[in-house]
Amino acid sequence: MINIIWVVLFLIGLMYAAFNGTMDAVNQAIFESAAYAVTICIGLISVMIFWLGLMKVAERSGLLDWLARFFKPLIRPIFPEIPPDHPAMGYILSNMIANLFGLGNAATPMGIKAMEELKQLNGGRNSPSRSMITLLALNTSGLTLIPTTVIAIRMQNKSIAPTEIVGPTLLATLCTTLAALIIDRLFYYQRRRKERKNK
Amino acid sequence: MTAMTTLSVWMVPILIAIILLHASYKKIPSYEIFVAGGKEGIKLAVSIMPFLVGMLTAIGVFRASGAMDGLANLLRPLLSFVGMPPEVVPLAILRPISGNGALGLMSELIKTYGPDSYIGRLASVMQGSTDTTFYVVTVYFGAVGIRRIGDALKVGLLADAVGVCCAVAIVTMIFGK
Repeated sequence: MINIIWVVLFLIGLMYAAFNGTMDAVNQAIFESAAYAVTICIGLISVMIFWLGLMKVAERSGLLDWLARFFKPLIRPIFPEIPPDHPAMGYILSNMIANLFGLGNAATPMGIKAMEELKQLNGGRNSPSRSMITLLALNTSGLTLIPTTVIAIRMQNKSIAPTEIVGPTLLATLCTTLAALIIDRLFYYQRRRKERKNK
Repeated sequence: MTAMTTLSVWMVPILIAIILLHASYKKIPSYEIFVAGGKEGIKLAVSIMPFLVGMLTAIGVFRASGAMDGLANLLRPLLSFVGMPPEVVPLAILRPISGNGALGLMSELIKTYGPDSYIGRLASVMQGSTDTTFYVVTVYFGAVGIRRIGDALKVGLLADAVGVCCAVAIVTMIFGK
Protein backbone atom coordinates (compact mmCIF):
# COMPACT_ATOMS: atom_id res chain seq x y z
CA MET A 1 0.00 0.00 0.00
CA ILE A 2 2.67 2.50 1.04
CA ASN A 3 4.68 1.50 -2.05
CA ILE A 4 1.78 2.29 -4.35
CA ILE A 5 1.08 5.64 -2.70
CA TRP A 6 4.72 6.63 -2.92
CA VAL A 7 5.05 5.78 -6.60
CA VAL A 8 1.70 7.37 -7.47
CA LEU A 9 2.62 10.64 -5.71
CA PHE A 10 5.83 10.82 -7.74
CA LEU A 11 4.39 9.78 -11.09
CA ILE A 12 1.32 12.00 -10.94
CA GLY A 13 3.51 14.91 -9.89
CA LEU A 14 6.01 14.31 -12.71
CA MET A 15 3.30 13.88 -15.36
CA TYR A 16 1.40 16.91 -14.15
CA ALA A 17 4.60 18.95 -14.31
CA ALA A 18 5.32 17.72 -17.84
CA PHE A 19 1.98 19.01 -19.10
CA ASN A 20 1.84 22.22 -17.06
CA GLY A 21 5.38 23.51 -17.43
CA THR A 22 6.25 23.30 -13.75
CA MET A 23 9.33 21.09 -14.21
CA ASP A 24 11.66 23.77 -12.80
CA ALA A 25 9.67 23.94 -9.58
CA VAL A 26 9.68 20.13 -9.38
CA ASN A 27 13.44 19.93 -9.76
CA GLN A 28 13.86 22.46 -7.01
CA ALA A 29 11.33 20.69 -4.79
CA ILE A 30 13.15 17.35 -5.02
CA PHE A 31 16.33 18.63 -3.49
CA GLU A 32 14.72 21.07 -1.10
CA SER A 33 12.43 18.37 0.31
CA ALA A 34 15.29 15.91 0.72
CA ALA A 35 17.37 18.52 2.53
CA TYR A 36 14.38 19.49 4.66
CA ALA A 37 13.78 15.85 5.66
CA VAL A 38 17.37 15.52 6.82
CA THR A 39 17.08 18.80 8.75
CA ILE A 40 14.04 17.42 10.57
CA CYS A 41 15.93 14.25 11.50
CA ILE A 42 18.95 16.21 12.73
CA GLY A 43 16.60 18.28 14.86
CA LEU A 44 15.05 15.08 16.13
CA ILE A 45 18.40 13.70 17.29
CA SER A 46 18.71 16.22 20.14
CA VAL A 47 15.15 15.79 21.42
CA MET A 48 15.33 12.01 21.04
CA ILE A 49 18.51 11.79 23.09
CA PHE A 50 17.18 14.10 25.75
CA TRP A 51 13.69 12.68 26.16
CA LEU A 52 14.55 9.01 25.70
CA GLY A 53 17.37 9.44 28.21
CA LEU A 54 15.08 11.11 30.72
CA MET A 55 12.27 8.62 30.14
CA LYS A 56 14.71 5.76 30.72
CA VAL A 57 15.38 7.25 34.16
CA ALA A 58 11.62 7.48 34.77
CA GLU A 59 11.19 3.89 33.63
CA ARG A 60 13.96 2.55 35.87
CA SER A 61 12.78 4.49 38.93
CA GLY A 62 9.28 3.06 38.53
CA LEU A 63 7.62 6.40 37.78
CA LEU A 64 6.31 5.19 34.43
CA ASP A 65 4.77 2.10 36.02
CA TRP A 66 3.04 4.31 38.52
CA LEU A 67 1.68 6.50 35.74
CA ALA A 68 0.48 3.45 33.83
CA ARG A 69 -1.25 2.04 36.89
CA PHE A 70 -2.93 5.36 37.63
CA PHE A 71 -4.48 5.74 34.17
CA LYS A 72 -5.10 2.05 33.57
CA PRO A 73 -8.92 2.17 33.70
CA LEU A 74 -8.91 4.87 31.02
CA ILE A 75 -6.46 3.27 28.66
CA ARG A 76 -7.25 -0.43 29.00
CA PRO A 77 -10.35 -0.32 26.79
CA ILE A 78 -8.39 1.45 24.05
CA PHE A 79 -5.47 -1.02 24.13
CA PRO A 80 -6.97 -4.33 25.25
CA GLU A 81 -4.12 -6.41 23.83
CA ILE A 82 -1.32 -5.00 25.95
CA PRO A 83 -0.58 -6.87 29.21
CA PRO A 84 -1.44 -4.53 32.11
CA ASP A 85 2.05 -4.17 33.54
CA HIS A 86 3.94 -3.95 30.28
CA PRO A 87 6.35 -0.97 29.93
CA ALA A 88 4.65 -0.06 26.63
CA MET A 89 1.71 1.27 28.65
CA GLY A 90 3.90 3.84 30.41
CA TYR A 91 5.35 5.08 27.15
CA ILE A 92 1.95 5.27 25.44
CA LEU A 93 0.67 7.37 28.34
CA SER A 94 3.69 9.67 28.29
CA ASN A 95 3.18 10.08 24.54
CA MET A 96 -0.48 10.99 24.99
CA ILE A 97 0.20 13.39 27.85
CA ALA A 98 3.00 15.12 25.93
CA ASN A 99 0.65 15.49 22.94
CA LEU A 100 -2.11 16.82 25.14
CA PHE A 101 0.09 19.57 26.54
CA GLY A 102 1.51 20.46 23.16
CA LEU A 103 5.01 19.17 23.91
CA GLY A 104 5.36 17.89 20.35
CA ASN A 105 9.09 17.31 20.50
CA ALA A 106 8.73 15.17 23.61
CA ALA A 107 5.75 13.27 22.23
CA THR A 108 7.58 11.88 19.19
CA PRO A 109 10.42 10.10 21.07
CA MET A 110 7.95 8.63 23.57
CA GLY A 111 5.62 7.47 20.81
CA ILE A 112 8.47 5.84 18.94
CA LYS A 113 9.67 4.15 22.11
CA ALA A 114 6.14 2.87 22.69
CA MET A 115 6.07 1.55 19.10
CA GLU A 116 9.33 -0.29 19.74
CA GLU A 117 7.92 -1.94 22.85
CA LEU A 118 4.77 -2.87 20.94
CA LYS A 119 6.83 -4.37 18.12
CA GLN A 120 8.66 -6.58 20.60
CA LEU A 121 5.32 -7.57 22.05
CA ASN A 122 4.30 -8.54 18.53
CA GLY A 123 7.29 -10.88 18.19
CA GLY A 124 9.36 -8.39 16.18
CA ARG A 125 7.27 -8.85 13.05
CA ASN A 126 7.49 -6.14 10.40
CA SER A 127 3.76 -5.76 9.99
CA PRO A 128 1.89 -3.70 12.60
CA SER A 129 -0.12 -5.21 15.45
CA ARG A 130 -3.58 -4.01 16.40
CA SER A 131 -2.21 -1.86 19.24
CA MET A 132 0.36 -0.24 16.95
CA ILE A 133 -2.35 0.91 14.55
CA THR A 134 -4.41 2.26 17.45
CA LEU A 135 -1.43 4.21 18.80
CA LEU A 136 -0.83 5.63 15.34
CA ALA A 137 -4.49 6.59 14.98
CA LEU A 138 -4.31 8.45 18.30
CA ASN A 139 -1.26 10.35 17.15
CA THR A 140 -2.55 11.26 13.70
CA SER A 141 -5.66 12.79 15.22
CA GLY A 142 -3.50 15.29 17.11
CA LEU A 143 -5.24 15.55 20.47
CA THR A 144 -4.00 18.85 21.94
CA LEU A 145 -5.40 21.08 24.66
CA ILE A 146 -3.89 24.32 23.39
CA PRO A 147 -2.86 24.81 19.76
CA THR A 148 0.04 27.16 20.49
CA THR A 149 1.29 27.61 16.91
CA VAL A 150 -2.14 28.59 15.64
CA ILE A 151 -2.60 31.09 18.49
CA ALA A 152 0.80 32.61 17.72
CA ILE A 153 -0.07 33.08 14.05
CA ARG A 154 -3.42 34.64 14.96
CA MET A 155 -1.61 37.04 17.29
CA GLN A 156 0.83 38.01 14.55
CA ASN A 157 -2.14 38.92 12.37
CA LYS A 158 -3.60 41.15 15.09
CA SER A 159 -6.61 39.06 16.00
CA ILE A 160 -8.88 40.72 18.58
CA ALA A 161 -9.36 37.33 20.25
CA PRO A 162 -6.47 35.02 19.31
CA THR A 163 -7.50 32.34 21.80
CA GLU A 164 -11.20 32.21 20.91
CA ILE A 165 -10.51 29.17 18.72
CA VAL A 166 -9.20 27.09 21.66
CA GLY A 167 -12.62 25.75 22.64
CA PRO A 168 -13.80 24.93 19.10
CA THR A 169 -10.42 23.37 18.28
CA LEU A 170 -10.59 21.17 21.34
CA LEU A 171 -14.09 20.10 20.37
CA ALA A 172 -12.98 19.36 16.80
CA THR A 173 -9.88 17.47 17.89
CA LEU A 174 -11.98 15.39 20.29
CA CYS A 175 -14.25 14.50 17.36
CA THR A 176 -11.24 13.55 15.22
CA THR A 177 -9.77 11.41 17.99
CA LEU A 178 -13.05 9.70 18.69
CA ALA A 179 -13.54 9.11 14.96
CA ALA A 180 -10.01 7.70 14.71
CA LEU A 181 -10.66 5.26 17.55
CA ILE A 182 -13.99 4.14 16.12
CA ILE A 183 -12.67 3.75 12.57
CA ASP A 184 -9.66 1.88 13.95
CA ARG A 185 -11.96 -0.50 15.80
CA LEU A 186 -14.11 -1.06 12.71
CA PHE A 187 -11.07 -1.90 10.60
CA TYR A 188 -9.94 -4.31 13.32
CA TYR A 189 -13.28 -6.13 13.24
CA GLN A 190 -13.04 -6.30 9.47
CA ARG A 191 -9.53 -7.81 9.66
CA ARG A 192 -10.72 -10.37 12.19
CA ARG A 193 -13.65 -11.36 10.01
CA LYS A 194 -11.30 -11.86 7.07
CA GLU A 195 -8.97 -14.02 9.16
CA ARG A 196 -11.84 -16.17 10.30
CA LYS A 197 -12.97 -16.67 6.72
CA ASN A 198 -9.49 -17.75 5.68
CA LYS A 199 -9.34 -20.39 8.37
CA MET B 1 -3.67 33.38 27.70
CA THR B 2 -0.90 34.36 30.11
CA ALA B 3 -1.90 31.51 32.42
CA MET B 4 -1.64 29.10 29.50
CA THR B 5 1.77 30.34 28.37
CA THR B 6 3.01 30.22 31.95
CA LEU B 7 1.76 26.66 32.26
CA SER B 8 3.57 25.51 29.14
CA VAL B 9 6.78 27.26 30.23
CA TRP B 10 6.70 25.47 33.59
CA MET B 11 5.61 22.04 32.31
CA VAL B 12 8.97 20.75 31.11
CA PRO B 13 11.07 21.99 34.06
CA ILE B 14 8.59 20.54 36.55
CA LEU B 15 8.56 17.23 34.69
CA ILE B 16 12.36 17.04 34.76
CA ALA B 17 12.41 17.89 38.48
CA ILE B 18 9.84 15.20 39.32
CA ILE B 19 11.68 12.50 37.36
CA LEU B 20 15.07 13.34 38.87
CA LEU B 21 13.77 13.73 42.43
CA HIS B 22 11.98 10.40 42.22
CA ALA B 23 15.08 8.73 40.80
CA SER B 24 17.24 10.14 43.61
CA TYR B 25 14.71 8.96 46.16
CA LYS B 26 14.95 5.46 44.67
CA LYS B 27 18.75 5.79 44.70
CA ILE B 28 19.33 4.88 41.06
CA PRO B 29 22.28 6.23 39.00
CA SER B 30 20.31 8.84 36.99
CA TYR B 31 23.09 10.17 34.82
CA GLU B 32 24.32 6.76 33.69
CA ILE B 33 20.81 5.64 32.83
CA PHE B 34 20.13 8.90 31.00
CA VAL B 35 23.21 8.38 28.83
CA ALA B 36 22.31 4.76 28.12
CA GLY B 37 18.76 5.74 27.15
CA GLY B 38 19.97 8.66 25.06
CA LYS B 39 22.15 6.37 22.95
CA GLU B 40 19.03 4.68 21.66
CA GLY B 41 17.76 8.10 20.62
CA ILE B 42 20.62 8.63 18.16
CA LYS B 43 20.01 5.28 16.51
CA LEU B 44 16.28 5.91 16.19
CA ALA B 45 16.57 9.45 14.82
CA VAL B 46 19.07 8.39 12.17
CA SER B 47 17.05 5.33 11.18
CA ILE B 48 14.07 7.56 10.33
CA MET B 49 16.08 9.58 7.81
CA PRO B 50 15.59 7.48 4.63
CA PHE B 51 11.86 7.12 5.30
CA LEU B 52 11.41 10.83 5.72
CA VAL B 53 13.57 11.77 2.73
CA GLY B 54 11.62 9.38 0.53
CA MET B 55 8.19 10.50 1.66
CA LEU B 56 8.88 14.23 1.78
CA THR B 57 10.41 14.32 -1.71
CA ALA B 58 7.39 12.52 -3.17
CA ILE B 59 5.07 14.99 -1.44
CA GLY B 60 7.30 17.89 -2.50
CA VAL B 61 7.11 16.84 -6.16
CA PHE B 62 3.35 16.36 -5.91
CA ARG B 63 2.90 19.87 -4.52
CA ALA B 64 5.43 21.73 -6.67
CA SER B 65 4.08 20.25 -9.91
CA GLY B 66 0.70 21.80 -9.22
CA ALA B 67 -0.99 18.39 -8.99
CA MET B 68 -1.97 19.23 -5.44
CA ASP B 69 -3.92 22.30 -6.60
CA GLY B 70 -5.38 20.25 -9.42
CA LEU B 71 -6.68 17.74 -6.90
CA ALA B 72 -8.14 20.57 -4.81
CA ASN B 73 -9.93 21.96 -7.89
CA LEU B 74 -11.24 18.51 -8.71
CA LEU B 75 -12.63 17.96 -5.21
CA ARG B 76 -13.88 21.52 -4.74
CA PRO B 77 -17.42 20.99 -6.13
CA LEU B 78 -17.86 17.86 -4.03
CA LEU B 79 -16.63 19.48 -0.81
CA SER B 80 -18.58 22.68 -1.43
CA PHE B 81 -21.62 20.49 -1.82
CA VAL B 82 -21.24 19.24 1.76
CA GLY B 83 -20.93 22.82 2.99
CA MET B 84 -17.22 23.55 2.97
CA PRO B 85 -16.25 27.05 1.79
CA PRO B 86 -14.16 26.72 -1.40
CA GLU B 87 -11.38 28.89 0.09
CA VAL B 88 -10.38 26.27 2.66
CA VAL B 89 -10.57 23.21 0.36
CA PRO B 90 -6.81 23.25 -0.42
CA LEU B 91 -6.05 23.43 3.32
CA ALA B 92 -8.34 20.47 4.05
CA ILE B 93 -6.48 18.37 1.48
CA LEU B 94 -2.98 19.51 2.39
CA ARG B 95 -3.40 19.18 6.17
CA PRO B 96 -2.84 15.38 6.45
CA ILE B 97 -0.14 15.39 3.75
CA SER B 98 2.26 18.16 4.68
CA GLY B 99 2.47 19.83 8.09
CA ASN B 100 4.60 22.77 7.02
CA GLY B 101 2.66 23.25 3.80
CA ALA B 102 -0.60 23.39 5.72
CA LEU B 103 0.86 25.84 8.24
CA GLY B 104 1.92 28.11 5.38
CA LEU B 105 -1.48 27.87 3.75
CA MET B 106 -3.25 28.59 7.02
CA SER B 107 -1.11 31.69 7.62
CA GLU B 108 -1.96 32.90 4.12
CA LEU B 109 -5.68 32.38 4.66
CA ILE B 110 -5.54 34.22 7.98
CA LYS B 111 -3.57 37.05 6.44
CA THR B 112 -5.92 37.35 3.43
CA TYR B 113 -9.27 37.04 5.16
CA GLY B 114 -8.34 38.26 8.65
CA PRO B 115 -7.99 36.10 11.77
CA ASP B 116 -11.47 36.96 13.03
CA SER B 117 -13.33 36.21 9.81
CA TYR B 118 -15.26 33.00 9.19
CA ILE B 119 -12.52 31.68 6.89
CA GLY B 120 -9.79 32.74 9.33
CA ARG B 121 -11.41 30.98 12.25
CA LEU B 122 -12.17 27.89 10.20
CA ALA B 123 -8.56 27.70 8.98
CA SER B 124 -7.34 28.02 12.59
CA VAL B 125 -9.56 25.23 13.86
CA MET B 126 -8.77 22.95 10.92
CA GLN B 127 -5.05 23.42 11.46
CA GLY B 128 -5.29 22.74 15.20
CA SER B 129 -7.70 19.85 15.17
CA THR B 130 -5.57 17.16 13.54
CA ASP B 131 -1.98 16.17 12.96
CA THR B 132 -0.04 15.42 9.76
CA THR B 133 -1.06 11.81 9.15
CA PHE B 134 1.58 11.05 6.50
CA TYR B 135 4.38 12.37 8.71
CA VAL B 136 3.22 10.45 11.76
CA VAL B 137 2.90 7.17 9.83
CA THR B 138 6.29 7.65 8.16
CA VAL B 139 8.17 8.56 11.34
CA TYR B 140 6.55 6.16 13.83
CA PHE B 141 6.54 3.09 11.63
CA GLY B 142 9.82 4.00 9.93
CA ALA B 143 11.69 4.20 13.22
CA VAL B 144 10.78 0.68 14.28
CA GLY B 145 11.06 -0.83 10.80
CA ILE B 146 7.46 -1.61 9.95
CA ARG B 147 7.38 -2.35 6.22
CA ARG B 148 3.69 -3.08 5.73
CA ILE B 149 1.53 -0.34 7.15
CA GLY B 150 -1.71 -2.31 7.26
CA ASP B 151 -4.81 -0.19 7.84
CA ALA B 152 -2.92 2.60 9.60
CA LEU B 153 -2.98 5.16 6.78
CA LYS B 154 -6.61 4.47 5.94
CA VAL B 155 -7.65 4.95 9.56
CA GLY B 156 -5.68 8.20 9.80
CA LEU B 157 -7.01 9.69 6.57
CA LEU B 158 -10.63 8.75 7.24
CA ALA B 159 -10.38 10.30 10.70
CA ASP B 160 -8.93 13.43 9.10
CA ALA B 161 -11.92 13.62 6.77
CA VAL B 162 -14.29 13.36 9.73
CA GLY B 163 -12.23 15.99 11.57
CA VAL B 164 -12.45 18.48 8.71
CA CYS B 165 -16.22 18.09 8.51
CA CYS B 166 -16.47 18.52 12.29
CA ALA B 167 -14.33 21.67 12.11
CA VAL B 168 -16.68 23.23 9.54
CA ALA B 169 -19.77 22.25 11.53
CA ILE B 170 -18.39 23.43 14.89
CA VAL B 171 -17.07 26.78 13.64
CA THR B 172 -20.33 27.49 11.80
CA MET B 173 -22.35 26.57 14.86
CA ILE B 174 -20.31 28.57 17.39
CA PHE B 175 -19.40 31.69 15.41
CA GLY B 176 -21.94 31.67 12.57
CA LYS B 177 -20.91 32.41 8.98
